[in-house]
Amino acid sequence: MTETTYKGAINKAIVDALAADDDVFFLGEDVGAAGGAFKTSVGIQERFGERRVLDTPISEQAIVGLAIGAAMKGLRPLAEIMFADFVGVAFDQIANQLAKYRYMTGGQVKLPVTIHLASGGGAGFGAQHSQAAENWLLNIPGLKLAVPGTPADAYGLMRAAVEDDDPVLFFEHKGLFNVKEDLPEEPARVELGRAEVVREGDAVTVVATQLMRHRALEAADALAGKGIAVELIDPRTLVPFDFATIATSVDRTNHLVVVQEAPAGGSWGATLISRIAAERFEMLDAPPALVVPPDTPVPYAGALEAAWLPDAEKIAAAVEASLAY
Amino acid sequence: MNERTRPAKLSAEERAEQLELLRAMHEIRFFEHECGRLFARGEVRGTTHLCEGQEAVSVGACRALREGDSMTCTYRGHGATLAMGAPLDESFGEVFGRAPGLCGGKGGSMHLTDLRVGALGSHAIVGAHLPIANGAAFEARYRGTGAVHACFFGDGSTNIGAFHESLNLASIWKLPVVFVCENNLYGEYSPLATTTPIERLADRAAAYGMPGERIDGNRVLEVREAVAAAVERARAGEGPTLIEAMTYRQKGHSRTDPAKYRPEGELEEWLARDPILLHGKWLAEAGVEQAEIDAAEAAAREAVGEALERALAWPEPEPAALLEDVWVAS
Repeated sequence: MTETTYKGAINKAIVDALAADDDVFFLGEDVGAAGGAFKTSVGIQERFGERRVLDTPISEQAIVGLAIGAAMKGLRPLAEIMFADFVGVAFDQIANQLAKYRYMTGGQVKLPVTIHLASGGGAGFGAQHSQAAENWLLNIPGLKLAVPGTPADAYGLMRAAVEDDDPVLFFEHKGLFNVKEDLPEEPARVELGRAEVVREGDAVTVVATQLMRHRALEAADALAGKGIAVELIDPRTLVPFDFATIATSVDRTNHLVVVQEAPAGGSWGATLISRIAAERFEMLDAPPALVVPPDTPVPYAGALEAAWLPDAEKIAAAVEASLAY
Repeated sequence: MNERTRPAKLSAEERAEQLELLRAMHEIRFFEHECGRLFARGEVRGTTHLCEGQEAVSVGACRALREGDSMTCTYRGHGATLAMGAPLDESFGEVFGRAPGLCGGKGGSMHLTDLRVGALGSHAIVGAHLPIANGAAFEARYRGTGAVHACFFGDGSTNIGAFHESLNLASIWKLPVVFVCENNLYGEYSPLATTTPIERLADRAAAYGMPGERIDGNRVLEVREAVAAAVERARAGEGPTLIEAMTYRQKGHSRTDPAKYRPEGELEEWLARDPILLHGKWLAEAGVEQAEIDAAEAAAREAVGEALERALAWPEPEPAALLEDVWVAS
């Protein structure tokens, strides 16, 4: 076992994916010579060369489109979009081309494209470099969305994404780069669509991903001191979504608190709550709660961003409010 | 062989080849005519964008490709898809939303695709397929297959960001792709001069360090010759070329557009330069018997008629097909 950071796990997953299959190539802005804007790809171009690891112009449409065309011809592109917010620049390629191509052609093509994006707030990057943009893509059938919260999940989901025959958007959270975990030499793949029960409990089901998973765990620790046993679940992928694991938990706890770092409208948390309300209404002892930031862009100043993002106190308060209902 | 430099006498092989180009253009013309007619009868849903008048670009360019090469095009893509060799009946079937259609009825008129013949897709977002064309060309270079990709788009596409990103990337990576701009003078309903500050779109190639050439897109041999030279250049690893083929959309933008914005006399002027007419004249001047020229037309008419009959008899997809083809494996 080797102590590995979230960032290191991503680097290792990319290296192992390239080593495993010559059809895999990696392209993006500064992923090669510079080793990536967040240094997640340090050393990769040195090892695999410029044929397989390619620096591109700042042209997100061209990056994603090239990945689509190459995938149609049988390659397995791993394309990086530096900040997830830039998904807007390539939105047509992702929403109208990547997601629909297989369907529109009656299954003639498969698109094993992985797009690697850095998302999330908390680090002072301001309104255009901090968003949890995975929520923008929920309404587009045809895209799988991975949101790893730990080094093991980052490694396992990246490997699974590259090996998957469908398009996968892999969101790494900028606030987790230095999270550490002991990983074996060959860490396991993580199946897309399989949630993890992070902590077992019988009082309240809390569902959270990425940075919010860690804050929810902090809240759960604090609540344990008060005798409240939180069951914390991390879905790990938003599409496909492991509804069954969460529903089974809610059937037992009768309480649901969902935590996310994006405003409520059109988000995965809101979708989950609507489905639980529709399918598990009689199992609930309290209204499901959604702990979210307010409906504003992500602010810059430290004090404002701290107020914007849900923290352990807000999560704990939501859990207690649910139990007190 | 250039149309403008007519050989004294065509060999039997050359004559057959030239007549085949004529037949292929007729086939597209008849196909489009039927799509227009059946749209009015309610067999075509939504809309359809006909390429009547632009057949020489589709046929000339696709005949410059070889097996293993590939092509992407726009929602005005029936001509290019057929020119690559997509079966007439399955193409009709797709336009009519029938189960045996090229895409099982899931794509429709704007998305004709036939991977069997290298027709990688017709795209309904202006310019969106140029980045994808680069990807197909990238695969050829990555695996060293020697294949080339031809990408068709309209004059309107040259004002969208994806065009510029794509030409730039194709050029710096020297991708084996030929960008074929069909300049039919109108971006949807707007004349080019109202949307574009330059008159020669081929000049845009200079900004991306690649050759740009303007050709007569209504002369099938001129198109074939220019694209063949660009294909050869691409195959040799020398990178992309932008070809601007001057042509004319004889019908409106879509089936609901009567094209009343055209100046008086413009259509007539271009009808006199109809690509099928021009190539027929060239054949006659090259000494090809009128009976053979007529036979090429008759063969196309017959093939289209038979294919149409078959496609109209085909069933619509079963409702269960709705949920198929989203994922490879769920």
